[in-house]
Amino acid sequence: MEIQKIKILLIDDEEEFVTTLAERLELRGYLCQTAGDGESGISKISHQTFDIAILDLMMPGLNGLNTLRQIKMIDKELPVILLTGHGSTKDGMEGMRIGAFDFLMKPLDISTLIDKIKSAVDSKSTQEEP
Amino acid sequence: MFKKLINFIFLLDERPINRYKSLNRNIVIIMLLITIIPLTCMVIINNFQFKTHLRDQIMDPLYSMAEKSRHTFELFMDQQLSIIRFISNTYSLANLGNELTIQKILTSLKKEHYGFVDIGLIDPKGDLVSYAGPYSLLGKNYSQQTAFQETRVKGQYISNVFLGHRKYPHIVIAVEIVKNDGQSWVLRATVDTSFFDKLISGMGLERNSDVFLVNSKGIFQTNSLYYGDTLEKCPLELPGKSFKSQGIETKDNKNQDIIIVSAGFAIADYILVIIQPQSVALKSWHALKTKMGIIFFISLAIILFTIIKMTGILIKRIKTSDEHRENVLTELQHAQKLSSIGRLAAGIAHEINNPLAIINEKAGLMMDLIDLSKDFDQKSKFHELTLSITTSVDRCRKITHRLLGFSKRIDFKIEPIQINTIIHEVIEFLEKDIFYRRLEINLNLSDTLKPIFSDHGQIQQVLLNLLTNAFAAVQDGLGRVEIKTTNHENKGISIKITDNGCGIPKKIIENIFDPFFTTKKEKGTGLGLSISYGIITKLGGEIFVDSKLGEGSIFTIILPEKPNEMEIKNGNPEN
Repeated sequence: MEIQKIKILLIDDEEEFVTTLAERLELRGYLCQTAGDGESGISKISHQTFDIAILDLMMPGLNGLNTLRQIKMIDKELPVILLTGHGSTKDGMEGMRIGAFDFLMKPLDISTLIDKIKSAVDSKSTQEEP
Repeated sequence: MFKKLINFIFLLDERPINRYKSLNRNIVIIMLLITIIPLTCMVIINNFQFKTHLRDQIMDPLYSMAEKSRHTFELFMDQQLSIIRFISNTYSLANLGNELTIQKILTSLKKEHYGFVDIGLIDPKGDLVSYAGPYSLLGKNYSQQTAFQETRVKGQYISNVFLGHRKYPHIVIAVEIVKNDGQSWVLRATVDTSFFDKLISGMGLERNSDVFLVNSKGIFQTNSLYYGDTLEKCPLELPGKSFKSQGIETKDNKNQDIIIVSAGFAIADYILVIIQPQSVALKSWHALKTKMGIIFFISLAIILFTIIKMTGILIKRIKTSDEHRENVLTELQHAQKLSSIGRLAAGIAHEINNPLAIINEKAGLMMDLIDLSKDFDQKSKFHELTLSITTSVDRCRKITHRLLGFSKRIDFKIEPIQINTIIHEVIEFLEKDIFYRRLEINLNLSDTLKPIFSDHGQIQQVLLNLLTNAFAAVQDGLGRVEIKTTNHENKGISIKITDNGCGIPKKIIENIFDPFFTTKKEKGTGLGLSISYGIITKLGGEIFVDSKLGEGSIFTIILPEKPNEMEIKNGNPEN
C-alpha cells in the first residue's frame, strides 16, 4: 500500500515566506497548500481535508488566535502548529490553551518543524486508529 | 477672597525652594493668632470685670461706714444741743443769770454728760452775763462773734473746732432763748472734742486707713494719722461738701494711690473723711493679677511650644509624604519609559523577524536545491555560502529573541526560575564587553541552588545593571568580577557580586539607591540602582552594598523563595 502523502495547509500573510516554506516541505515529500490570510485558510479547511495546519499568529484581518478558534470549530481534531514572531510566549501559551498542538518561533529551523509535523500527525493517527 | 487667603496661607500656588519653611511660619503665626487673641481678650476683660467688681466691694463698705459714722457724730452733736436746749427751756433767765445756779448746772452736766467744759449766758447785747467754768470770761462781749450771730439767725449753733486757753480743741454749742418781750438771749456751752477721737477709734478701720473730720474750708477738725493735726490745713483735695457720701480715687502728697470717701454733716460745717490706700484696698486684686499673669504666660508658653512642635511634626510629615509621592511618581515615570522602550524593542524585533524568516526559508530552499541537484561546478562553494547565510540568520534570530526577552521585563511574571541560568544569560549578553576589555569573570555558582519563584526578566535586568556598574568600576585588563550564588540559611537564595574596582566613598554610599543619583555625570541616568532596588524590593528581596574605597565593592541580593503576591500587585504599574 502506497503511503499517503501528508497534506499541510500553511496560513501566513507573508507570501514570500509561505511559498518558499511550502516548496521546501514539498521537496521533503509533503503536499502543501497556502493561504494568505485567516479567512481563506478557514474556507480551504471547510472544503478540503488536511492532516495538519501551520498558522502564523500575527496576521492582518482575522488574527492567528481567532483563526485558530474557528479552525477548531470546523475540525476539532486537526493539529495546528503556531508560528510566532514574538519573543513572548504569551500568545503561544494562549494558543496551546485553545487547542494548538505546539508553537514555534520565527525564523524556523526546518528540521525542528519537520519533527513537530511528524509527531503531530502521529498523535492524530494514534487517536483515530482505535 | 477666602480661597485666595487660604492659598496664600498654605502656599498652594507657588513652589519655592523654602516652601516648607514659609508654610511652617504661616501656620505657626495663624495658630498663634487664633489662640492668643481670644486668650488675651479674655484675660483683659476678666481683669477689668474683676477690678470693677472688687472696687464696688471695697467702696460699698466704705460708703456705709462713712454714712454710719456721720450719723453717729450728728446724733452725738444733736444730743449735746438738746441738753443745752433743755436747760434753756427748764431754767428761767433769772435762774441762769444766778452764778450759783449756773455753777450747779455745770456740775451736774459734767457729772451726767461727757465733755462739757463751761456754760455761759449772753444777753441780747452780746455781753456774757453769767458764766460757770474754768476761765474768767464774765463780761466779755460776743456780739461780733460768728457763734453769737449765727445763733441769733438759726436759733442754734455748733462751731468748728478751736483751741481754747488751755490749748485743747473745743467746740461751742449755742441755743437762742427768745423772751416774751422779743429779746433774744443766747445760752452757750463749750465741749471738749476728745469724744471725736473716741468715736473714730470705735469705727474699727483697717490698718493704714485714716479717718478725720474737716470743715468745708479743708481745716482739720480732728487729728489725722498721716496728713496733719487739728486746725492744720488738709493737704488733700477733698470732694466737695455733700450730705450724701461720695468717693474718689486720687494720689496723696506722698504720691500714694488712695481712695477718699467723704460725707458732709447737715447739722454743722463738718465733713467726715475716710482715706484708704489703694494698695490695701486692692491688695487681693494685685494678687489675682499676678496669678492671672503667671497663668497667662505659662499658657502662652505651652501654646507656643505645642504649636511650634506640632507644626514642625506636621510639616515634616507633609514633606516626607511629598517626597514619597515624588519618588513614586519618578519610579512610575521611569517604569512607563522602560515599558515604552520595551514595546519599541519588541516591535522592531518582530518586524525584523519576519524578513529574517523569509531569508531563512529562501536560503534553506537554496540549500535544499543544491543538495538535491547533481554535482556541478563549485557545488561545495555554493553549499558553504548558503550555510553561512543560515548561520548568520541564526545569529540574528538569537539577538532578536534576546531583545524580545529583555523587553518583557516590565511585566512581573512570577514563575519558577533558576538564578544560575539567568546569570549565564546575562554574562552571554555582556560577552563582547568582557572580551574586548579583557576582564576576568569568576563564576562561583552553587550546584545545589534552590529554584525560586520570581520574575525572570526583572532579575535579568537587575543583574545586568549590577554587572554593568561593576564593569564600569574596574580597569581594562585588570578588572575581576566574581559572581557567587548560595542558598540563604532561612530566606531563599543570595547572589553576591564582588568587583575589584574603585569602590564607593562612604559619603555617597547612603545615596546610591536614590533615583537620579549618579557619579557617571552625563553617561548615567542615576536610575540603574534605584530601579534594581525597586525591583528587588517588589520581589520581596533585599539588596545592600559593602564597599572599600580603592579595593572594590560587594553587592548582595537576597531573594525569597516566593515573593509576597500583594507586593507584586501593588508594585506593578502595568497591571
